[in-house]
Amino acid sequence: MAINKIVGSAEEAVADVFDGAMILVGGFGTIASCPSRLLTALSERPEVRNLTLVSNPGGFGVEIWGEHDIEVLHRTGQARKHIVSAPTNPLIVNTVEKKYRAGEVEVEMVPQGTLAERVRAGRAGLGGVLTPTGVGIAEIQDGKPVVEMDGKKFLIEKAIKGDFAFIRAHKADRWGNLVFQGTSRTFNATMAGAARVTIAEVDEIVELGELHYEHIITPGVYVDRVVLRK
Amino acid sequence: MTDTSDKIRIDEQTMALRVAREFKDGDTVNLGIGVPTLASNLVPMDREVIFHSENGALGYGQICTAGEGSPHLVNAGGQPVEVRPGLAVVDHAESFAFIRGGWLDYTVLGGLQVSEKGDLSNWMIPNKQIGTIGGAMDLALGAKNVIVVMPHNTKDGGYKIVKECSYPLTGVQCVTMVVTDIAVIRIDKRGMVLCEVAPGWTAEEVQALTEPKLVIDPDLTEIALA
Repeated sequence: MAINKIVGSAEEAVADVFDGAMILVGGFGTIASCPSRLLTALSERPEVRNLTLVSNPGGFGVEIWGEHDIEVLHRTGQARKHIVSAPTNPLIVNTVEKKYRAGEVEVEMVPQGTLAERVRAGRAGLGGVLTPTGVGIAEIQDGKPVVEMDGKKFLIEKAIKGDFAFIRAHKADRWGNLVFQGTSRTFNATMAGAARVTIAEVDEIVELGELHYEHIITPGVYVDRVVLRK
Repeated sequence: MTDTSDKIRIDEQTMALRVAREFKDGDTVNLGIGVPTLASNLVPMDREVIFHSENGALGYGQICTAGEGSPHLVNAGGQPVEVRPGLAVVDHAESFAFIRGGWLDYTVLGGLQVSEKGDLSNWMIPNKQIGTIGGAMDLALGAKNVIVVMPHNTKDGGYKIVKECSYPLTGVQCVTMVVTDIAVIRIDKRGMVLCEVAPGWTAEEVQALTEPKLVIDPDLTEIALA
């Protein structure tokens, strides 16, 4: 039977997300790089709670172009923990900051490069990574093992492998091969395959073979479901 | 001590312009959010500087005027930037391999505090916010030169250039240059060296607003922008 990873709707794509799941959410912080439709669909299943979110941004908390970002899962109270690099922004006190101050959400702050590499390690089957980032910085070192290699000190940072990865791409084929647009590639390509189930929200679905093999950024093997933004 | 509260300090554009003067042909440069990002618009047109942003763009052009550009090509602050011939885009893990791996000549970051040893604090004021690290720790550690752009003093006149940072650290002994609204200070083997002062300011006046003892560069000049 032919491979076909295309599903009919965002609702269908997130239907098996379960209570307590760890969800990696791609993008950098801009709406254009955010899997908004998948987040909206999950926010409409309020019974799914205690989520651990993994993402670069904490979310703006205002709808931009009528679309939600990751903030919506804090607004609905579905998130319990957020592993994040840039949770706040200087312009507003966002929902994750309010929930953190109220003791309702746990925040694990991770340097951005460490977050990217922990996720990549999760996809690559590594147990973790050795990084010099955070050595000598109390808030990051925080009891983690330090190893010395060739006279330099490194922290051992655990790999991240999620239950689901929600990512946003530009074009896909039915095998799940993906191409991105410009800087919207960011954590979307990094997170593909770093979860048991990777779901790609895309602008356009094309025929198999239409994406040139030299141009495919994320091979379809990392992608389980493709949903078209409508 | 003379009262300097009414003296003119240089503005953010001018600080960014001073920073941009550091970059030479072929340098790779990452600009933090805020005043640092302004510097990408201020490099002389005939100079080829390769600007990098955390979200994976290498060799982008100027910040677009409002309403122009694509939401799919933005700098670290989310501002659309121009496509420039030679531009390359990578994913986030690769972008930080570039940062940590020592491929950046300069990073320009904002600062809350810089210590005389070159420690930097810029991600959190304790008891006030949860803070945001973003890419700053990897940048402070990975770039060959770390330039910090910040006002010389806090809003209530306190020190930001200090003997020891009291806020959580971003990087240890990483800062090589500080550009403030009254001075340019380099940190090298000699210590904290005052190299340039804003027009109308004296070394003594800058020292009075700085906690650690400054070494005065024998070639001390006014901040030059040409």
